[in-house]
Amino acid sequence: MSIEKKPTAPSLEPFKKKLEVIQRRSFLKKSLSIGALSLLSGCTLKDEDAVDKILWAMSQWNDRVQSFLFSPDKLAKTYTEAEITNPFPFNAYYEEIFAPIVDGENYRLALSGKIEDKKSRSLEDLRLLPQISQITRHVCVEGWSAVGKWGGVPFHLFLQYIGADITAKYVGFQCADKYWTSIDMQTALHPQTLLVLDFPGKSGETKYGFPLKVRIPTKLGFKNPKFVTEIFVTNDNPGGYWEKQGYNWFSGS
Amino acid sequence: MLQKTPSNRTINHRRIIHPLFVRITHWINAYAAIAMLMSGMRIYNASPLFEFKFPAELTLGGWLAGALSWHFAVMWLLVINGIAYLLYGIFSGHFIRKMLNIGAISAYRNIKLEMKYLLLHGTGEYNVIQRLLYVLVIWDVVLLFFSGLALWKPVQFQRIADFMGGYEQARYIHFYGMVILGLFILIHVSIAFAVKGTIKSMFTGRLTKSQIAKLERN
Ligand code: HEM
Repeated sequence: MSIEKKPTAPSLEPFKKKLEVIQRRSFLKKSLSIGALSLLSGCTLKDEDAVDKILWAMSQWNDRVQSFLFSPDKLAKTYTEAEITNPFPFNAYYEEIFAPIVDGENYRLALSGKIEDKKSRSLEDLRLLPQISQITRHVCVEGWSAVGKWGGVPFHLFLQYIGADITAKYVGFQCADKYWTSIDMQTALHPQTLLVLDFPGKSGETKYGFPLKVRIPTKLGFKNPKFVTEIFVTNDNPGGYWEKQGYNWFSGS
Repeated sequence: MLQKTPSNRTINHRRIIHPLFVRITHWINAYAAIAMLMSGMRIYNASPLFEFKFPAELTLGGWLAGALSWHFAVMWLLVINGIAYLLYGIFSGHFIRKMLNIGAISAYRNIKLEMKYLLLHGTGEYNVIQRLLYVLVIWDVVLLFFSGLALWKPVQFQRIADFMGGYEQARYIHFYGMVILGLFILIHVSIAFAVKGTIKSMFTGRLTKSQIAKLERN
């Protein structure tokens, strides 16, 4: 199942008179203040819409509430080998056949932002760090979930190793498939957040994010980037591919 | 216990039959519950549990991100308003007076007699069917609240998720809760429109002229 991806704003199909009135009023204001020119220029005026504004404000409020509810040492439930979902579902903003295939030999992880040691890292470099593996439930924003096993470097150790400024607010990820996302530092330091080198699926299968993925059992699936090519630490919220289209940024579990 | 027939007792037709607090929270709740239901159906459609989807026209949000934004915004309205209503209902005696006197036992003892009162309406009291439905839907919203928390925060609210039988099980519970809510709204709203004056008096708090006239004819 792939995420429905109509790039439209949340539909404002009004279901109550009140909303219709608000919309009509804001439409009127729009027309009066901006004039027909902006309509002719193809501007959608999305941000002008009163309902949209309220929904965005509420989403930001929910970011704050979730960050407050997040407890750094509460662990996601782990499962047994027998409970693993097989085959593990593939999901991305594109069809499975378009999943990038990255050459692991020449792969280098780029590091930028508030990091002391920005030297790019090869897969062998990362293999030298302590490795763990865990079986957790991946919960998709669409509602379905699946249990999978991921192995690699605890992300907080990795951040320590590269000298990341852990007082910074955000960690951002760029991916080989042009996907990007970002998480809060609290979540980045969570003991179960993992820099993944071992993936679900058969050996040699690359579609689950080879060569590098970040697995975050305390976040929804789309906050778990695959095919990661760059990691950066910053104080400016980098947003993300889905986040900028209206999905809640924090999206914690 | 059931009340006597209207003719057996004196009725002050001018009195407030719906307290102001109930009227305000009711209409806020109606708005919020319907928005939750409609956006919930769109969220369901993104990954259906069964072999069907809800018609898009019945849903709110336009696409998954929009529906989730609605759902997670309106949930605050539903919950804050719901808590206010519950506190009022419990501490003012409103629930005891108007809903919890379900009289199931006496109804069972003498069904024939009770049938006369069962559908009685317009005295400012709820009939037995109404009381049962209202108590049911209040518990249903409580269930939706807790199963919703389990889905929203299966890690942070692990205890609730475990109580629901895990994340996947919570999805089914939340879904069935929504079905019950949908059926309630369907029945409740049809009856409200069918029985003259009830909707108006849910705004004004008082019986309408036609209701009074009808009562006096009895
Ligand atoms: C547009 C939709 C709605 C309409 C027109 C409507 C109408 C009414 C009316 C007329 C009454 C008073 C009944 C009487 O006088 O006998 C009432 C009471 C009630 N309704 Fe609704 N309603 C709506 C939506 C809802 C929803 C969505 C819920 C719950 C999720 C709900 C729950 C209740 C409850 C619990 C009561 C009893 C209130 C009390 O006395 O505490 N209603 N409704």
